[in-house]
Amino acid sequence: MTVPLSPAPENDDLDHPRSDKAESRLKRSLTTISVSVLPVVAAIIVGGLLLLVLGRNPFLFYSNVISHGLIGSLGRQESLIRMAPLLLLAAGLMVAFPAGIWNLGGDGQFVLAGVVVAALGPQMAPYTNGWILFPVLFVVAFAVGAAWSIVPGIMKAWLGMNEIITTLMATFLGLRLSALLVKEFFADPSTTVPQTKVLPVKDRLPRIFGTRVNIGLVIGIVAILGVHYMMTRTAFGLRLRIVGMNPAAAVHAGMNMKALTMSIFLISSGLAGMAAAVQIVGVDGVVRAEWNPAFGFTIVPLVFLARFNGPAVIGFVGAFAVLQIGGEWASRQADLPNYFVVVLVALMLLFLAVSEYLQSRSVRAGER
Amino acid sequence: MDDDELKPAVELVDITKAFPGVVANDAISFSLRRGEVHILLGENGAGKSTLISILSGMLTPDAGQIIIDGEPAEIRSPRDALDAGIGTVYQHSLLVPTLTVLDNMMLGTNRSFRLDRVHAQKRMHELTQLLDVEIDPDARVGDLALGQRQQAEIIRALWSSERVLVLDEPTSMLTPQGVQSLGRVMRRLAERGLSVVFITHKLNEAIDFGDRITVLRRGRKVGELEPLQMVGKGVDDLKDEIIALMFGASSAGADANPSGNIEKAEWLDQQPVCFRLVDVEIQGDGPKPILDGITLELRRGEVLGIAGIDGNGQKELAEVIAGQRPLLHGQVYLDDKEIQRLSVAKRQDLGIRYVTDDRHGEGTVGQLSIAINSVIKRIGQRPFWRRTRIRHAVINEFARTMIAEQDVRTPNEKVPIATLSGGNMQKIVVGRELAKGPRVVVYNKPTYGLDVKTMQVVLNQIVEQARRGTTAILISTELDELISASDRIAVMYEGRITGILPSRPGIEAQLGELMTGASA
Ligand SMILES: Nc1ncnc2c1ncn2[C@@H]1O[C@H](COP(=O)(O)OP(=O)(O)OP(=O)(O)O)[C@@H](O)[C@H]1O
Ligand SMILES: [Mg+2]
Repeated sequence: MTVPLSPAPENDDLDHPRSDKAESRLKRSLTTISVSVLPVVAAIIVGGLLLLVLGRNPFLFYSNVISHGLIGSLGRQESLIRMAPLLLLAAGLMVAFPAGIWNLGGDGQFVLAGVVVAALGPQMAPYTNGWILFPVLFVVAFAVGAAWSIVPGIMKAWLGMNEIITTLMATFLGLRLSALLVKEFFADPSTTVPQTKVLPVKDRLPRIFGTRVNIGLVIGIVAILGVHYMMTRTAFGLRLRIVGMNPAAAVHAGMNMKALTMSIFLISSGLAGMAAAVQIVGVDGVVRAEWNPAFGFTIVPLVFLARFNGPAVIGFVGAFAVLQIGGEWASRQADLPNYFVVVLVALMLLFLAVSEYLQSRSVRAGER
Repeated sequence: MDDDELKPAVELVDITKAFPGVVANDAISFSLRRGEVHILLGENGAGKSTLISILSGMLTPDAGQIIIDGEPAEIRSPRDALDAGIGTVYQHSLLVPTLTVLDNMMLGTNRSFRLDRVHAQKRMHELTQLLDVEIDPDARVGDLALGQRQQAEIIRALWSSERVLVLDEPTSMLTPQGVQSLGRVMRRLAERGLSVVFITHKLNEAIDFGDRITVLRRGRKVGELEPLQMVGKGVDDLKDEIIALMFGASSAGADANPSGNIEKAEWLDQQPVCFRLVDVEIQGDGPKPILDGITLELRRGEVLGIAGIDGNGQKELAEVIAGQRPLLHGQVYLDDKEIQRLSVAKRQDLGIRYVTDDRHGEGTVGQLSIAINSVIKRIGQRPFWRRTRIRHAVINEFARTMIAEQDVRTPNEKVPIATLSGGNMQKIVVGRELAKGPRVVVYNKPTYGLDVKTMQVVLNQIVEQARRGTTAILISTELDELISASDRIAVMYEGRITGILPSRPGIEAQLGELMTGASA
């Protein structure tokens, strides 16, 4: 029986890293790149048209994005700083999505871990130095993030309940719980605003070579590369991908589905927790009640655009950080709501779906 | 037969289709007359499925032409094929088990926004009349018996219009009665002027049902037997002729398994019992248990056949032994160790192997390479992984050896396993279970989809392995295969063992009785 190839060349290169023909390899990476880059280009064009309709100058808008988010030194540093938590969140999704687990609870895990870190940091800081403080806070953040996915994880692994619903519910609960914690337990008595104590600037993550960028960026990149290595080169990563591609085959091959499912939830959510630690200990130093930057959701399409490929994720997250930082400024200049950046990302996702569809059709027609 | 009948309804002319590393179809011409059942034969990987995929619009050819009723036609998608009246039944069901038959029909074919139930009911009625079968349109597909499900599949293929029906290995999962009734359906369709293409590996079916036979080998058409050539010849001569075409003149007929049964029986008596099932029971959704008090004892080196009509608990029995399915009560012993609580992986370590009959569903991961699939049950183990790091060179080498030993037709071990022909995929699924010290192997329909020669090779392998001390449980619906390879044959009916017989030629009738529930 001739089976049509899977529409997405998902992880194609991972399993035949030393393909015999350089030519076919080149062709494959070209298709992969075009499938990922075309949606971005299309989204930029359609976004531009949208700006025209709204009576704004698209060229001005985009040049503002670039000049503020990438070219200007301040903006560029902002973008790099923003990349750190996004990278860690993306690393978490790079574990879950290829395994077919839709952990959409990133924001709940992120905020809750952030609150705990923000509460703990200022308490600990006077008694320790960075060598102890940072590792402890990161471990705690990982643990809190992971803990917040235990219930959805168990529901998935033992009861087969849909994790999209349970993780979204867990996010909702996590956000409420975080607000409650800040107001009732961790509030700084010295201010009237409901917020935690502020972590003194001297106790924040060290910066890189006199820039304002902290080492969170390094942690994020290491996390991405580590996860990429794990997924492509280790036995554990292969097991996760098989669970995602064909769960029945995973059972048949003797994999422990419950243990694998739980570890996916824990690792993925733990990384989301660490993302919050980077944001709090590196940048904010404090959490206000109702804080939720919603990084977890915005990162989802990027991981898909990058097809779970580590270096590509770093590229997309970088571009997105520029878009976010530059876009804030450009939107303000163009008198548009900040959401315009989100519209652009949504367009990218839409065009990704379209280009995947087109590609799968051409594969089926045997024109690969 | 008048002229009109001899004129081809559909013609494939000089069809060529290459995949990286193989020419699957090399200038094949194939014509279909009105009112004929045209058999397509060929060894595994010969290019049969590729050819009919081109006819049904799943693949587009690199070169060649499709001519329908004398006019060149473009078939670029399955939809084009359906519009041209060419319907295909693939090996995997396209029906959704949770929907009713009628809903399934409307699912793929209803093109307007509104569901036209009345029209669908009418069409359903027409087609059941045409096929002369009875199917309840409101039954859930999942509740249908396998044979009926296949009839529904045929109805779906003929739904939009009926000119050509293509069947790719439709009989591998059917009971003998199911096969007979499929034969009747094909004949009836042919009488009504349709053309039927029928792919099979069973020569008996080819000779019984076919009007004409085309044989492919390694992508080329190597022979065509016209109806006149087929009548008047003895069945055995015909078979020899076909086998010579299929495998090349040099190949003598597939050699049967050397017997020596009496010696083996004596030898077996001295072997220790090494595998036991005691009073195994598992419950299904319904009130009846799926397995009901199964007790079996196997000696080292024994081949125990399990006969029975499909769906009487054989698959579940295999899954219980492999550890994929929990049992309600009862024990499973390997030597004297209770293993019914051990995980699949632990049992694999102990040497328990399971050759699944579901090679697409659970047996392989289509997107992954042949190499990875050949070690998929040994992920993380030496020598393929070291300190959890994958060693592609070692895995590829292992896969290359398996490809050579099992004679798998593929350009190399790095291609996705989904690109293999059905039979070649099966060779990998069997081969990987035999690697690395198997002790008890459960084979669930191991020859399904294999050409006659490869089938014999696999059966010989099972017997050979057994002589070296591997215990085998051979589940099959083919009695001759069971009799030729087994030492004893147990018959399953409704989750129970209705009898166990020593295997020897001539017990078919006895087995047949046991299979329908009569007790020994
Ligand atoms: N999508 C594909 N990509 C690459 N090679 C393919 C693809 N489909 C089929 N092939 C190759 O083409 C050849 C013919 O395959 P095909 O499936 O037509 O064989 P077949 O005659 O149906 O065999 P079987 O009896 O085993 O089903 C095989 O060598 C197979 O590996
Ligand atoms: Mg085939």
